Amino acid sequence: MKIGLALEELHRSEAELARELLKISERHKVDHEVFHLARDLAGWSQRHVREIAEIAKHYGQDLDPDAGTKRGPVDALVEKGSELAGHLKSPGLLLLRDVREVYIKAAGVSVDWELLAQAAQGIKHKDLLDLAKRNHPDTLRQMRWANSKLKESATQILVS
Amino acid sequence: MAGTDRIAEPWGARRPYGPGETWPERVDTHLAEGVSPEDVDRWVQTASLLHSNGDAMDIAVKDGRIVGVRGRAADRVNHGRLGVKDLYGWQANSAPDRLTRPLIREGGRLVETDWDTAMNRIVQRTQELLEEQGPSAIGFYTTGQLFAEEYYTLGVVAHGGLGTNHVDGNTRLCTATAAAALKASFASDGQPGSYTDVDHADVIALYGHNVAETQSVLWMRMLDRLAGPNPPKIICVDPRPTEVARHAALHLAPLPGTNVALMNGLLHEIVANDWVDHAYIEAHTVGFEELAKRVQDYPPEVVAEICDVPADQIREAASILGHAERLLSTVLQGFYQSNQATAAAVQVNNINIIRGMLGKPGCGILQMNGQPTAENTRECGADGDMPAFRNWTNDAHVKDLAKVWNVDPMDIPHYSPPTHVMQMMRYAEDGSIRMLWVSGTNPAVSLPELPRIRSILQQERLFLVVQDIFLSETAQLADVVLPAATWGEKTGTFTNVDRTVHLSEKAVDPPGEAKADLEIFIDYAHRLGLKDKDGEPLVKWHDAESAFEAWKECSRGRPCDYTGLTFEKLRGGSGIQWPCNDEHPDGTERLYEDGKFFSAPDYCESYGRDLVTGAPLDETEYKALNPSGKAILKAAAYVPAHELPSEDFPFILITGRTLYHFHTRTKTGRTPELQAAAPDVWVEISEADAAVVGISEGDLLEVASPRGSLQAKARITRIRKGVVFVPFHYGYWDTEGGHEPDGAGRAANELTITDWDACSKQPIFKTAAVSVKRTTGGIR
Repeated sequence: MKIGLALEELHRSEAELARELLKISERHKVDHEVFHLARDLAGWSQRHVREIAEIAKHYGQDLDPDAGTKRGPVDALVEKGSELAGHLKSPGLLLLRDVREVYIKAAGVSVDWELLAQAAQGIKHKDLLDLAKRNHPDTLRQMRWANSKLKESATQILVS
Repeated sequence: MAGTDRIAEPWGARRPYGPGETWPERVDTHLAEGVSPEDVDRWVQTASLLHSNGDAMDIAVKDGRIVGVRGRAADRVNHGRLGVKDLYGWQANSAPDRLTRPLIREGGRLVETDWDTAMNRIVQRTQELLEEQGPSAIGFYTTGQLFAEEYYTLGVVAHGGLGTNHVDGNTRLCTATAAAALKASFASDGQPGSYTDVDHADVIALYGHNVAETQSVLWMRMLDRLAGPNPPKIICVDPRPTEVARHAALHLAPLPGTNVALMNGLLHEIVANDWVDHAYIEAHTVGFEELAKRVQDYPPEVVAEICDVPADQIREAASILGHAERLLSTVLQGFYQSNQATAAAVQVNNINIIRGMLGKPGCGILQMNGQPTAENTRECGADGDMPAFRNWTNDAHVKDLAKVWNVDPMDIPHYSPPTHVMQMMRYAEDGSIRMLWVSGTNPAVSLPELPRIRSILQQERLFLVVQDIFLSETAQLADVVLPAATWGEKTGTFTNVDRTVHLSEKAVDPPGEAKADLEIFIDYAHRLGLKDKDGEPLVKWHDAESAFEAWKECSRGRPCDYTGLTFEKLRGGSGIQWPCNDEHPDGTERLYEDGKFFSAPDYCESYGRDLVTGAPLDETEYKALNPSGKAILKAAAYVPAHELPSEDFPFILITGRTLYHFHTRTKTGRTPELQAAAPDVWVEISEADAAVVGISEGDLLEVASPRGSLQAKARITRIRKGVVFVPFHYGYWDTEGGHEPDGAGRAANELTITDWDACSKQPIFKTAAVSVKRTTGGIR
């Protein structure tokens, strides 16, 4: 059974999404809706991470419940790269790139929830299925937010 | 009302009446000293422009000057009454510092010029920017105080002519959430209720709505019911001890920013006690199951903790609401300008919907407006919506609009929702909006976080056009200032909160060279040479009546159908409520009488938005709700405000309107009686907090937030603990600073946060963290 692995992967991707959202919030403080909402939406992912870590104990996984709030070495590298990009491009383009990244990461998390839900149904683990049912809609809302933010911002940034 | 000092008695004498009876008339009149009614040459029909109630009145004219006003007894809205601002505010029309000539900036200073020079400068800059960057460089920020014909023309010029997506009104600050909440629940804007619901209701619940000060004539109607037999019970939700609270059967004073929790608590009790109309829910709604499930998380004890309201009060309020037979709910800025604005306002809709209390006498919702013509900004496409409640995501609607305007659908930007003002300010800040045309509003005082707004508007690279009647704080920063005519000096229509359309006729000539806003917009279109797709002028009308006829055509078949109205029909009698068409030739008192809503996917104005993220739903997602013809019950979880009190900033600031002033006091501050009644800004603080900080009544206080500070005198009241209130009217035009503080600040918006409801995009003026301390010096 590979449920533990699926949970580990979901935990990783969800924590990464949380950190990505925190990152863009910090970086785009002057775009107030991004600043405020990205923090709110990071909170959703942080809650997911805690719930995943909790349930994962039953599948032999010891996962960090606070992984969504910490910044790892990879993040620092990404950050460095982003800063370089920031110097090269306009802040508008950086915003588009960053929100695109949120969209892609959220899409990954969404797929991971799908995988988990499929597995949970296969082994008839109701708790696991409930977890996916409860949290996956949040991920879809995060995706929709990122997508709408891109649509709303793209024209002005790209034509001006 | 001769002899009554209406400053001291702002609501005047009572005319009590009982449920189902007609509200008795009381004609309020005020004439300039020494003028008697016999002296008046003519009375000219209009309605109030100094608040949103839509009180009908006649202007008294003598020797070509306005000399007073008289309420119109025949009108359905006010039955002759006038508010205190209406009685005195007309005097500002003839203030000596009215703008009478266009101004342009030369060598850093504004100097007088002629219309040709001013307009040509605007046209030239427009053309340069269109050439260099395209329409994305140009934004329009209008008001809630022009007339329908003017908004419609502005919408046509900006959206259909220039092709910019950047058009919004200051209605964003006052009524955006009303529209968003109606769109969320009923899939289209359109006020369900009518003021006459006050005549029938047995319970009136006012949510964050200080009606006594914001719509004083509507409050007179409620007071007259309260004074009559079988009066309604009033429920008041407000952190302040308002006049409404004093008359309430129950006053709930939640912590600012916790409205959704409170509403969910009330819904929890209503659902748990089964005070719901299951047949109505079944026949006319979708989403009840999810709502019922969501509010399970909000039992009174939990809510009491979040809102700091006793659990028993929540139970009692829910019981009053749950046992109401004719429930009227009204909502205003306490919800609209607070955390989770739309989500909270939607929960008010939900109470009326699940109780089946819509479309019947006394059963109504009034999602209020803050401004007299805000409804028209929304209808006519000047505030981030498409004209006549068309759906910007529905290609068929855009195509239809293109047909009305005789342009290509591609010429009308509809790739994203029209840009809201806070986003426009951001674009001006990042330099991508390079020309901003502000008409009839004063963002240098009214937008949040003024130090930031001033820095944006002052930028050299921003070409700022201001069209106004006085040299406001914003106008002082402009590159071109256009002198406008105002109420009483031009003709047009406007529509109030309960869909009543009034005609406002020209009584006197505007001063100097000032022109009607309509004339200015049409002139701009012609000078730019804006054409339709057949090469004919895009703007095909030349005056208010021909503009109204064009707007009527645009509204045909839409929820706000004006096709049955004419100027002639609006003359003489009462205002008329839309929709007014062949089917409803006398207008429509209440929407949704048959439980049928404008929510069919091919007809609705909006597919809805996520109440937390604000992301628009697409057509497929909307259709999956299966809402055709039904109301949509939308649930929302409580989310804490973004800025919470801290050790350094331990108080929550709320700002708001007061009785004697309107907006940035451009008119009311120039009216002697009104100015004397409230000459300067103040800070309201609770007795308990005053004792802790060591403050006495009248002490000079410094209020500071992470963004700025102001000084004002203390008023110790029974406002709830932990909260301070500052009226938002006071800026700098009548101080040494001119457009900015000279020393200590006095505008409430020095303190407010740049944050907005993600769904309605309405800025949050009612949850900022501040510190309060006594101060001795630095007086302005």
